[in-house]
Amino acid sequence: MSMSTSTSQKLINAAELAQARRARYATRKRINQIALTLSLAAMAFGVFWLVWILWETLRLGLGGLSLTLFTEMTPPPNEAGGLANALFGSFMMVLLATFVGTPVGILAGIYLAEYGKQGWLAPATRFVNDILLSAPSIVIGLFVYTVVVAYFKSFSGWAGVLALALIVVPVVIRTTENMLLLVPASLREAAYALGTPKWKVISLVTLRAARTGVITGVLLAVARIAGETAPLLFTALNNQFWNGDLSKPMASLPVTIFKFAMSPYENWQQLAWAAVFLITVAVLGLNILARVLTRQK
Amino acid sequence: MSTTLSVPSVPQPQPQRLSGAGQTLPPGRPPLLSGSMADRLFAWLACGAALLTLATLLGILLSLVVGAWPSITQYGLGFLTRSVWDPVQNEYGGLVMIYGTLATSAIALLIAVPVSFGIALFLTELSPAWLKRPLGTAIELLAAVPSIVYGMWGLMVFGPLLATWVQQPLQALFKGVPYLGALVSGPPVGIGILSAGIILAIMIIPFIAAVMRDVFEVTPALLKESAYGLGSTTWEVVWKVVLPYTKTGVLGGVMLGLGRALGETMAVTFVIGNMNQLNSLSVFEAANSITSALANEFAEAGEGLHQASLIYLGLVLFFITFVVLALSKLLLNRLQKGEGARA
Repeated sequence: MSMSTSTSQKLINAAELAQARRARYATRKRINQIALTLSLAAMAFGVFWLVWILWETLRLGLGGLSLTLFTEMTPPPNEAGGLANALFGSFMMVLLATFVGTPVGILAGIYLAEYGKQGWLAPATRFVNDILLSAPSIVIGLFVYTVVVAYFKSFSGWAGVLALALIVVPVVIRTTENMLLLVPASLREAAYALGTPKWKVISLVTLRAARTGVITGVLLAVARIAGETAPLLFTALNNQFWNGDLSKPMASLPVTIFKFAMSPYENWQQLAWAAVFLITVAVLGLNILARVLTRQK
Repeated sequence: MSTTLSVPSVPQPQPQRLSGAGQTLPPGRPPLLSGSMADRLFAWLACGAALLTLATLLGILLSLVVGAWPSITQYGLGFLTRSVWDPVQNEYGGLVMIYGTLATSAIALLIAVPVSFGIALFLTELSPAWLKRPLGTAIELLAAVPSIVYGMWGLMVFGPLLATWVQQPLQALFKGVPYLGALVSGPPVGIGILSAGIILAIMIIPFIAAVMRDVFEVTPALLKESAYGLGSTTWEVVWKVVLPYTKTGVLGGVMLGLGRALGETMAVTFVIGNMNQLNSLSVFEAANSITSALANEFAEAGEGLHQASLIYLGLVLFFITFVVLALSKLLLNRLQKGEGARA
C-alpha cells in the first residue's frame, strides 16, 4: 500500500516536473525570441537613420545643384549665387592640412611601430594619441585661437590649416602604426640581413609594404577634416568673397553651411543643402574608396 | 642594390659600428658613416613627431588655462555652479551649459547603448555571413557622415517631425499632470535637449556598436559552444556568457561613445536652441551646451572676461572628455591584456 502510494507520488512528481520543465523551456524560448526580434529591430533602427539622412540630403541637395555653384561667390541674402569661394577655401585648407599633418603622423606612427619597443614614450604617445583622436574638435579650435589668432590679432586661413592638421595627425598615426605592425617581421629581417640601415629598411621596405594601409589612413583623415566645422569657426572664420590669401579669413564649405542653414533666407538654405550634398558625397566617397583599397589588400 | 654593395664587409652593421671606432673598413667607410648619420636623423625625426603629440596635449591644456585665467581668478570653481550668463552685465557662470552638455549626453547614452548592443548582437550572432559585411559597413558609414549634416538634417527635417508626432501628443496626454506635464512643455518647434540627445544618440551608435561587435567577436568560440552544448538559447549565451566575458570592453565602448557625445559641436548647436535658461524642466525647451555656446558666441566675444569665461567652459569640457576617454582607453586595454593572459 505504502509502496504503491510512493510510486504514484513519484509518477505525479515526475509528471509535474516534466510539465514545469516544459513551461520553463517555453518561457526561455519566448524570451530568446523577443530578444532576437529586438536585436533585429535595433539593426533596422541603425540602418534606417542612415537611409533617411542620405535620402533627405539627396532630395533637398540635388535641387540646388547647378553649374553656378562652382562659378559664383556666396551671395548676400535673397540673391542668386554659388559656393565657389567656399569650395576653394575648403579645398585649399584641407589640402594644406593634409600635407602638413601626414608626414608628422606617418613619422610618429613609425616611431610607435618600429622604435617604441621599450621606454615610456611610445605607450604614453599611444595613450595620448587615442585621446586626441576623440577629443572635441572645438577645443582644437580654441587652442589654435589662443596660440595663433590671438597672437597675430587676425583670423586667417593658416590658422584653419593648423587646426585641421592637428586633427589629421592622430588619425594618420593610428592607421600607420596598425598597418606597420601588420608587416611580417621576416621582411624586416631579410632587409637587415642585407646590411640595410634601419631608416632604409623602414622607408623602402616596411613603409612600402604597408603603403595601401597608410594611404587609406590619409584618405580617412581627409574625409574627417572635409566635414569639420567646429575647429574652423574661430580660426579661419568666414569670408564672403573670393580669397586666395591664406593670411586673411577664409571661407569654407562647412562654416558656410552653418551660417546659411541658421539663416531665415530661402536662397541661403537652398545653397546650404547643396553644400551638404557635396560634402556628404565627398566624405562617403572617400570612405568607400578607403574601404575598397583595404579590401583588395 | 647599391646598399648591399657599399657595405660588403659588415654583415651586422649595428655592433660593428658601436665597437669599431676607426681601425678597420677602409673603403666601405664613408657611405656607412653617412648611413648611420641618416639612421640617427631618422630616429630623431620619428621620436620628435611622437613627442609632438604629447606636446599638443600639454599645449592645449596650457593654452586653455592661460586663456581662461581671468575667469578662473574671478570665479574659481564656483563658476561651475553659477547659472548666470550675462554678457551685458559681464557676469558669467557655466551651470546652464554644463547641465545642457550632461543632459544631452545622458539622453544619447540612454538610447544608444541598448540599440548598439542589439546591433552588435545581430552582427555577431544572428546575421547571415553574406549580410555581415554590408550591414557593418552601413553602420560605419553612419559614423563617417559629417556632424554638420546631422545638424542640418536635425534642424530642418527631424525637429519639426519630432514636434508634431511626439511632443504635441505627449503634451495632450500629460496635460495637467504635475511633473510629466512640465517635462514636455514648451513651444512645439522641435528644438531642445531631447532633439539634441536623439541626434547625438544616432551619431554615437556606430562608435559603441563597432566596439561592442569587436569585443564580442573575441569571445572564445569554446566558451560559447559549451553554453550552446548545455542547451542555452542564443540570448542566454550572449547575456550570460559573452557579456560577462567582455564587460570591460563593452564599458570602454560606452565611454568612448560618451566622450564623443560630450564633445560633439555642430549637431548639437543646430538643434539645442541656444538659450541660456534653466527655468524649465522641459526637454523640449531651448537650452544650451558648452560646445554650442562656444560655437555661437566665441568669434563675437570681446576680449576680457567674456572670452575668458568661454575658454573656461572649453577647459571644463576638455577635462571631462579627457577623463571619460582615458577611462575608456584603460578599460579597453585591460580587456586586451586579459585576452593575452588567458590565451
